[in-house]
Amino acid sequence: MSVELDVFVGNTTIMDKEVYQLWLNGYTVNDAVKVRIEGGVMEECEASAEVLLSDTMDQFRTFQMCERLLQNPAKLANQLLFQIPPDRQAMLIERYYAFDDAFVREVLGKKLSKGTKKDLDDVSAKTGITLKSCRRQFDNFKRVFKVVEELKGPLVENIKQHFLLPDQLARDYAAIVFFANNRFETGKKKLQYLTFQDFAFCAGQLINYWTVGAVDNMVEDMDVDLDKEFLQDLKDLKILITDKDLLDQHKSLVCVALRGKTKVFNEMEANFKNLSRGLVNIAAKLTNTKDVRDFFIDLVEKFIEPCKSDKWTSTDVNLYLTHYTNSAHILDTFKHQTVWTRYMGVIKSCILRMYHE
Amino acid sequence: MPGKLKAKIVAGRHLPVMDRASDLTDAFVEVKFGNTTFKTDVYPKSLNPQWNSEWFKFEVDDEDLQDEPLQITVLDHDTYSANDAIGKVYIDIDPLLSSEAATVISGWFPIYDTIHGIRGEINVLVKVDLFNDLNRFRQSSCGVKFFCTTSIPRCYRAVMVHGFVEELVVNEDPEYQWIDRIRTPRASNEARQRLISLMSGELQRKIGLKVLEMGGNAVVGYLQCFDLEGESGLVVRAIGTACTLDKISNTYAPASAINPCNSSPSKDTKDSPQAVPSALGCRSTHSSPVHSASSRLSQGFSVSVPTLLFAGMKHRHRSSEGPRARQCRAGFGEEAPGVPLSSGPPTPLRAQTFSSFSPSKSYSRQSSSSDTELSLTPKTGMGSGGSAGKEAGPLKALLRQQTQSALEQREFPFFTLTSFPAGFLLHVGGVVSARSVKLLDRIHNPALGNTRSYKLLDWNSFTADEPETRDAWWEEIRQEIKSHAKALGCHAVVGYSESTSICEEVCILSASGTAAVLSSRFMQDGALDMDHRLSRQQAPVFTSGTEKGEGDMGSSASLGFEDLAPPGCGFCHIPYDELNMPFPAQLTYCHCCRRFKVPDVLFTTIDLPTEANVTGKGCLIQARLCRTKKKAQGEGNATAISNLLPFLEYELHTQLMNKLKLRSMNALFGLRIQISIGENMLLGLASATGVYLTPLPSPGGIQIAGKTPSDITYEQHISNMQKKINDTIAKNKELYEVNPPKLFTLDPEAFRCINTELVEEVIGSPIPEPRQRSRLFRSHSESSDEVSELDLSHGKKDAFVLEIDDTDAVEDIHSLLTDAPTPPGFYSCNTEIMPGIYNWTSALQMFTSVRVFRLSNVNLTNQGLNKVFNDLCENLLKSLYFKLRSMVPCCLCHLNFTVAVPEDELIQVAVTAVAMSFDKEQTLENGRQSCDKTLMKAITENEEQLQFPLELTAESSSNPLSSAKGLSEVSGALPSARAPSVDYSSFTDRCSSWIEQLRLKAHTIRRGSIKTMSSLEKASPLPEGRSRSLRSNRSYAGGSVAVVKMTPLSFIPGTKIIKYLGIINMFFIRETTSLREEGGVSGFLHSFIAEVFAMVRAHVAALGGNAVVSYSMKECVFMENPNKNQAQCLINVSGDAVIFVRESELEATPPQPQSASTQTSSSGEGT
Repeated sequence: MSVELDVFVGNTTIMDKEVYQLWLNGYTVNDAVKVRIEGGVMEECEASAEVLLSDTMDQFRTFQMCERLLQNPAKLANQLLFQIPPDRQAMLIERYYAFDDAFVREVLGKKLSKGTKKDLDDVSAKTGITLKSCRRQFDNFKRVFKVVEELKGPLVENIKQHFLLPDQLARDYAAIVFFANNRFETGKKKLQYLTFQDFAFCAGQLINYWTVGAVDNMVEDMDVDLDKEFLQDLKDLKILITDKDLLDQHKSLVCVALRGKTKVFNEMEANFKNLSRGLVNIAAKLTNTKDVRDFFIDLVEKFIEPCKSDKWTSTDVNLYLTHYTNSAHILDTFKHQTVWTRYMGVIKSCILRMYHE
Repeated sequence: MPGKLKAKIVAGRHLPVMDRASDLTDAFVEVKFGNTTFKTDVYPKSLNPQWNSEWFKFEVDDEDLQDEPLQITVLDHDTYSANDAIGKVYIDIDPLLSSEAATVISGWFPIYDTIHGIRGEINVLVKVDLFNDLNRFRQSSCGVKFFCTTSIPRCYRAVMVHGFVEELVVNEDPEYQWIDRIRTPRASNEARQRLISLMSGELQRKIGLKVLEMGGNAVVGYLQCFDLEGESGLVVRAIGTACTLDKISNTYAPASAINPCNSSPSKDTKDSPQAVPSALGCRSTHSSPVHSASSRLSQGFSVSVPTLLFAGMKHRHRSSEGPRARQCRAGFGEEAPGVPLSSGPPTPLRAQTFSSFSPSKSYSRQSSSSDTELSLTPKTGMGSGGSAGKEAGPLKALLRQQTQSALEQREFPFFTLTSFPAGFLLHVGGVVSARSVKLLDRIHNPALGNTRSYKLLDWNSFTADEPETRDAWWEEIRQEIKSHAKALGCHAVVGYSESTSICEEVCILSASGTAAVLSSRFMQDGALDMDHRLSRQQAPVFTSGTEKGEGDMGSSASLGFEDLAPPGCGFCHIPYDELNMPFPAQLTYCHCCRRFKVPDVLFTTIDLPTEANVTGKGCLIQARLCRTKKKAQGEGNATAISNLLPFLEYELHTQLMNKLKLRSMNALFGLRIQISIGENMLLGLASATGVYLTPLPSPGGIQIAGKTPSDITYEQHISNMQKKINDTIAKNKELYEVNPPKLFTLDPEAFRCINTELVEEVIGSPIPEPRQRSRLFRSHSESSDEVSELDLSHGKKDAFVLEIDDTDAVEDIHSLLTDAPTPPGFYSCNTEIMPGIYNWTSALQMFTSVRVFRLSNVNLTNQGLNKVFNDLCENLLKSLYFKLRSMVPCCLCHLNFTVAVPEDELIQVAVTAVAMSFDKEQTLENGRQSCDKTLMKAITENEEQLQFPLELTAESSSNPLSSAKGLSEVSGALPSARAPSVDYSSFTDRCSSWIEQLRLKAHTIRRGSIKTMSSLEKASPLPEGRSRSLRSNRSYAGGSVAVVKMTPLSFIPGTKIIKYLGIINMFFIRETTSLREEGGVSGFLHSFIAEVFAMVRAHVAALGGNAVVSYSMKECVFMENPNKNQAQCLINVSGDAVIFVRESELEATPPQPQSASTQTSSSGEGT
């Protein structure tokens, strides 16, 4: 004896946020029921496990039917099949496109290809996120990537418009798209301590200041590709380390400014040339795609790690970078002020964000 | 050629990919009406084509306009092979034919394919130009308005209620035609959908004609059903109540319009003595019919109930036997007439009528069995003429007017309404029901024979014959109902409905309603030129004898009743006379007015009258029953079923009664008993809403008696059970706030009531134990009353004894106690309103839930089956409560269960209901009344306000052209603004300009109208209010899809319905050959139901509406074949499309800014 068919259809589609989350998390119906029972819904509402199972199945089915629409959120608003209040629609979309930080750290900067998708079971095993959920998140990334790839205009705005995502989530997706496009290396052991939000912040900086879009806002891929001309110009910064006078001059200016203001003055003074060389070399190498990929690892190796070993605080780093940037402007023989500002502005905020104490 | 239908195909969106190579579609559209077809151009390579076609014009007869749907087919152009169909849209253009309904249909419709479901949407504009003058147009039945709502629609006033209209049409089911073997499932489904659409159009037109003949202009409570009889065909039948409705206009005070009877003070001077003698008079003339009816009744019992009783009596103690026997009769008391029919004349006789099939035979049987219809016998001769004869009926009747009484002329004094204008319903007798088992297979043999299979879709050739048999069947049942009503001393049947259950070739026809006495007022008043009718309608109560005298007496009696009886209790007073009761029942004096007798229990099929005095809250009460049956064929099967039916009904009633007592309630409203037949079982489901009617006596408790009182353990067991029951009763009393009402009804008019009685009531009702004492008190207290014998029997009442020595009773008790109470915060009922809850919020959730249960072990006992069925229903309810827990506190209203046995071991239960939440702080009685009052007032006011400007167009009034022209522009602008508004970003601009425009119109209207009617000063906010509501809808969901509310109720709390746009009646078929891929049966049905909702909403939105009221899913036939990976489902839904406006919005409409006008004048020209 069994229930052969069991459906519930409301004129306004009923969706329980909690069940939705379980579905998004890739639970099977039975697992979801278990979680719900543990959550204590039954006592709350005098329901039996049977009722809970029926409800869960029904809602999972509803979500499944909605999924097609969620993949194209603009359709959700003007489809006729489900009558869903706008606030609910927004919730559905937002949650559908939400992702786990643990997951995104695994695929951030990887090519969103079939190959990567095949490796998702490893990711799933590693992160403890169900494969189903991994797939959904991966497909979301890929879908957003594909759509915005061919669009003109600002990346974040495009994502917002096409996927009706809230601002923060749209920015995160912009970061993901940006990372995927430039294939930044984020998976190295040295970078493991960084969270997705750290990277997303850096991506935001890079998008805002280093891409084509920072100059011209009506080009295809404007926010996805770095400004080639700018990268070319960065080579000119090499003079700061190749010219011995300039380097010494720079160092003394920074030292004067910092003397007495920091506890790590001595270490700073001793390390100045190394650090400066590190940063300028990163700039000079960015014309190579390979080196662009290593941008973050370079920042860590060339700057963050040395500072860490000398026990700099973030205030020290901030102080140093501020004066390091500003002092270069005083150097009379240094002609590349705009490029320097554009470069150091981003470097500074990225390093500060990546500098965890 | 009175009409020109115009259609324009604007655009499509979200089309499916039809060309795999390009991932695109080359779509074009065929627009077909009747035999004319137009095509749009192909819009190449797009999933969102913009056809922007010309206006396709169809010049057609009004008959076609009513019958035919506009058929829109979207296809994918294919150069090399045949064009592929994407899907279809059927648009019923009937709403455009009534001047008061919609003016244009415009909007996005889902493109539907019976195999793939919804595949994209299409934007269509449809208009109808009627050439002829209004008068000529009225001659056809086009102008008749149809309402599913079973009460007088909210913005109308009933001028006259003409009565029952019915019609049926028959055709072959395309699914069973030979051609079906060679055509695709899609073609077959579409043929079926189209045929049913045509048939319902035809049916509606025919009913409309009848209404016009009766002098009415509307059908209220229109109920259309399909009988899928398989091989033997397809029957579409409909019943309704013909009315003359008036749009409520300002000149009428709401009170006098709605409450005419109670408010006339002159009649109040008549006092009871006058009424009572007249009632006595009627009794004497009536005695013989009643006698014969009751004798028939006992005859019925001899087949069904007594068998049970006799069997039981041998084991029963004398003491308990009396109440038991009485009680079951009282149970039937309300239903008594239902039994004789269903149990019917002993089966052999009936089986004969199946086979021989001559209507005359069945009639003769009937007339012999019920002498009550003496006056009807000539009629039956004519009635055998079937539908053709009946169509002519009214005309013939006109000729015989002088000799026939009103209700004879009317043939069936039935009303499909379930709630009534105040003062219309005088008394309620009880439920009358009739069932009959018929064999389907031999129907068309005589007439059609071999030719049948070749005459495809040509039903004209055989409708003349086929409906005859069906008509005769129904006629027979209706006569039965009519005579039952008479036996109850009632001249009318209200809350009337008909249904069928078909399994293979056996068909059960059922009809039920509530016998009632109605005020003649709505049947005679306002009739302009119908004096003859007037006199006739005064005498509806009596069928024979001195017509005139009785007529006078009847009306005076009813008037007397209506004046004397306070509105809150009048309807409970017995309509039959107490010395000649049609069945044994206990009568007491009404606990409200203390002047008239009331029964101890009242069962009805109607809604609780708004004015009724109710204590506490109500609740859903269900009796569920499942009985096994041997598989059989043909007549044997029919015989077996008709043998089982009386038992089924008897047990259902016992269950209902027990559950009612358990909840300490004394009345059932909205009773609906459904009996479904399957191959090897019968299902019975009775649903009703129990309430405690203050005028009725407090119900006694339930006492359990054992067979062998000497046995100690047994005794203990019994006392345990008794305790459980008493506890449950006490708990229920608290839950439903049913407190003994005596405490407050007594104090003001402590009249005729002695203290002792009070004591008895309070003590006696919860626990039935002190019977002796109570009787003592009683006899003491009632010695003051004249009729002591009645009251003696009354003394037994509080002991409703359940014996547990037979398995039946154990089962009863078991089912009593297994009904889980509703979780806290939930209430449920199957009526329109829940007594005791008045402050609804606007939160509303209509839903449909379907479950199919498979019985895996075939050899189940009755008990086992019962439990399965009971659990199925209970679990379904539990699931609903759980699903809707976020709406708490809330009430599930209009819970409508439908059961079916689709296959051998399957039980299907479908529920449609609406959950409405309410505010917890209950403002009690006064709050309710004032609320009602304001509601009433507001309705009328608003109606008038809106109504006036809208009607201006039609009237071409004396106002300067500005208003009339302006309005037509508004209506013109409305669709154009709506169509593109859906997904363009410019929507807001357009919309706002459109609103400005509306505002301007509103202004011109106001300015124009001031001259004619000063009272219309307030008229201006209304159109604006409407536009606001529309705007808010449109802007909902980011300016994309209008929200359409759906509800099975006739109203939406917190809102006013300002316009009825027409009836929605849709039939869909969905089939799949990839069941697993669509998520199995659940996935398949889930998406189908969602699609049906979507299509209903789309049609309503296209009519300009924002809600469907009185929505119901009348049919949900689901068939599956998992082995073949196939499933098919048919769904039929109906409802009324309306425009509503929030009350708050109405009140809060600020005066419009004058500045708007400057801007709008230009935008107005722009469109």
